[in-house]
Amino acid sequence: MSVVGQVFGNPELYASTLAMATPLALPALGGTFSERTGVVNIAMEGNMLVGAFFGVMIAAATHSSWLGLLAGALAGGILSLSLAWAAIRLQADQVVVGMAVNLFAAGITAFLFNTIYGPNGTPPNTPFLPTVTIPGLYQIPFIGPILGQQNVLVYIMLLLVVVSHYVLFHTTLGLRMRAVGEHPEASDTVGINVARLRYLGVFLGGLLAGLGGVFLSIGLLNSFDVGMTDGRGYIALAAMIFGKWTPLGSLGAALLFGFATALSFALQGIGISSNLVAMLPYALTIIALTGLIGRSRPPAADGIPYAPTK
Amino acid sequence: MSTLEIRHLRKAFPGVIANDDVNLLVQSGETHAILGENGAGKSTLIKMISGLYQPDQGEILIDGEARRFDTPRDAIHVGIGVVHQHFMLIPALTVAENVVLGSELSKGRFQRSKTEAAVAEISRSFGLPLDPSARVRDLSVGMQQRIEIVKALYRKVRILILDEPTAVLTPQETRELFVVMRQLKAEGIPIVFISHKLEEVREIADTVTVMRLGKTVQTHPVAGTTSAQLANWMVGRDVVFSDHPPASTGIGDTLLEVDRLTVLDERKVQAVRALTFAVRAGEIYGVAGIDGNGQTELVEAIAGLRPVQSGVIRFQGRSLAKVGVRGRLRAGISYVPQDRQRDGLVLTFTLTENLMLRDLSRPFSRGGFLTRKAARQRAQELLTEFDVRPDNPSALAGSLSGGNQQKVILAREVASRPKLLIAVQPTRGLDVGAIEGIHRQLLRLRDEGNAVLLVSLELEEILALADRIAVMHAGQIITELPRDQADIETIGLAMTGERRAAVTSEEGST
Ligand SMILES: Nc1ncnc2c1ncn2[C@@H]1O[C@H](COP(=O)(O)OP(=O)(O)O)[C@@H](O)[C@H]1O
Ligand SMILES: [Mg+2]
Repeated sequence: MSVVGQVFGNPELYASTLAMATPLALPALGGTFSERTGVVNIAMEGNMLVGAFFGVMIAAATHSSWLGLLAGALAGGILSLSLAWAAIRLQADQVVVGMAVNLFAAGITAFLFNTIYGPNGTPPNTPFLPTVTIPGLYQIPFIGPILGQQNVLVYIMLLLVVVSHYVLFHTTLGLRMRAVGEHPEASDTVGINVARLRYLGVFLGGLLAGLGGVFLSIGLLNSFDVGMTDGRGYIALAAMIFGKWTPLGSLGAALLFGFATALSFALQGIGISSNLVAMLPYALTIIALTGLIGRSRPPAADGIPYAPTK
Repeated sequence: MSTLEIRHLRKAFPGVIANDDVNLLVQSGETHAILGENGAGKSTLIKMISGLYQPDQGEILIDGEARRFDTPRDAIHVGIGVVHQHFMLIPALTVAENVVLGSELSKGRFQRSKTEAAVAEISRSFGLPLDPSARVRDLSVGMQQRIEIVKALYRKVRILILDEPTAVLTPQETRELFVVMRQLKAEGIPIVFISHKLEEVREIADTVTVMRLGKTVQTHPVAGTTSAQLANWMVGRDVVFSDHPPASTGIGDTLLEVDRLTVLDERKVQAVRALTFAVRAGEIYGVAGIDGNGQTELVEAIAGLRPVQSGVIRFQGRSLAKVGVRGRLRAGISYVPQDRQRDGLVLTFTLTENLMLRDLSRPFSRGGFLTRKAARQRAQELLTEFDVRPDNPSALAGSLSGGNQQKVILAREVASRPKLLIAVQPTRGLDVGAIEGIHRQLLRLRDEGNAVLLVSLELEEILALADRIAVMHAGQIITELPRDQADIETIGLAMTGERRAAVTSEEGST
């Protein structure tokens, strides 16, 4: 078989794509909720980081990866409320506050990690999220190794994408969330509580980003490292934009970016620079924003504080 | 069915008392007009009635019972339906979604087909046909207003309030609206109709309450009033109605020549098609027509804001093909755009800064630095001259009412002493006093030997100002008449696309 055939014909590449896409798809989904209600959420990176840290910490302390998962998600959700409060209540600049949240998260997780675990790092007996094998599916050739055996959070992510799509586009709640992100004043005049839905959007965003972090620390890498999210929160935002602020689109973009990462690993063996491939998400996002492949249009009131006169 | 009573309502904003002792009684089953100049406080009153603003003092009574509306939800709950001056629609959503938003059929799943059927049913039963699955952003202003009314009907409206509903409509759409209003009245729904147009109030309303400077100054049955009386209450002084302008004192050389001009719109469709006309110094050239017949594209092409597909635009004999916006300004072409909030002013800048935007040369700047004092002084002069209220050079442009914003733009453009002023809907949404002032300035500009290209949807405005009148239809000028040969019927017919030949033959047959 040719080198190309070896790389692209290997189901390993696609299985790894799915795994690499998960920590992007979860926060991208979160960003979608936040921005659909009108709050620009640049704090995805910080939310992921606290998710990753508290995921490990609680999993290690309770010997339960599931409690770790819960704690990590909640940590992301709770941290995101600080952004929500500043953005909604104080009508602060959302990008500035988002950056502040990221810096805070980087600082606090580094501090806690070093204080609690010192030089030893993540305790070796930290439980991980289990890998699941789906019996029938796994036996199918080629497809099986890709879809049939993955970390449980990969499957949860896929489920959440479908649920999010349903909630945003097929429920009354989703309609109202979108309305608030498009035109808060109009929503206000029909009796919708704009602030409440924006809090909800940002909080869901934090939860999902936190889950993304959990996947990194106790799903994919099995350890916490200072700054381990390594810009994934920003790539997730790129995925959200590239996916046109929709759950399915976000998943698609995350898969594409995940594929790029998986490919860069595979190509390293044959001497192609991975830096080139690492650029892909950003290049594609710029292309999406310039409208070369169908213009990506943000919610009309995205990032604009709503200040009703009373 | 229902009555609405307002007692001693008051609302102050920093620096302005928007409503001061407002009293109003809307009887069941009547159409009650609130008439007042821009900035009189009409919208503020409506926002209090709809729960968007909280009154500082006073009472709102529905069917004789005092009510407090902390949020719009409370007002909707007792059956108050408001069509706000700036529509409260979400362009990205569908008609049906907009109609039911906030009062959806069920909590969980959004029942799309049931919702669309319900919306279609209501719109049909009130004679307001709508396509429930269309996106609002694709619909005309008239359609959007229809959605707003259906929105109120869907919520079982008991009192319908329309804030300046006709300001954005074509004459045809206004007539359609009035048909709908009469029908709603026949159903027993009291209507509060807000306007600053006297003729409309006299046509549609039973009772009129006049507001001035935040106060209700008169309530009167419409039947016993004259337009002059209403206008005088509204502005607090005598207004002179002049429907024939003093004719142009002298026509000079051709300034602007448009020769077989073709311009594309956003969808790459020809909006202006091989159009030819010329404007001479010392005249006001009026372009009438129904909205969307290429007026915007024509004007933007002349102003240099939109590329020309083919044809030539010449100014003082020189082709403008290679001249940019800045160069056209320097050559003496000024432009007062239609959407003043978007295109004409920086709302977060002060009036002084806005007045300087056009001309940053001396004495407003020296060596690249602004000379604040000179600018402020000049701004003060202009604000006084153009009767802008408040005439405070440090006020933010965004804090002014629409009429006063328009005066600021006009002041800036006229002050630059243009040879050609392009004015698009210069008095749209303004009150009698402001219209009078702006018309006076346009006539003055003309009498000083300059040219004005006036594009307006208001036929009365064209007839009141223009020396020559062109009617645009489907991207072409289909009729061009001197003022003294034009009348409202001929032009109105041409606006619908009937050529002059057809007009004459029809006149011949009757
Ligand atoms: N939210 C606001 N903040 C400050 N001033 C306002 C606000 N809304 C209206 N005003 C001021 O109150 C006055 C009345 O405005 P408005 O009610 O819109 O008048 P109208 O609808 O009769 O044109 C104006 O001077 C306007 O500038
Ligand atoms: Mg108003």
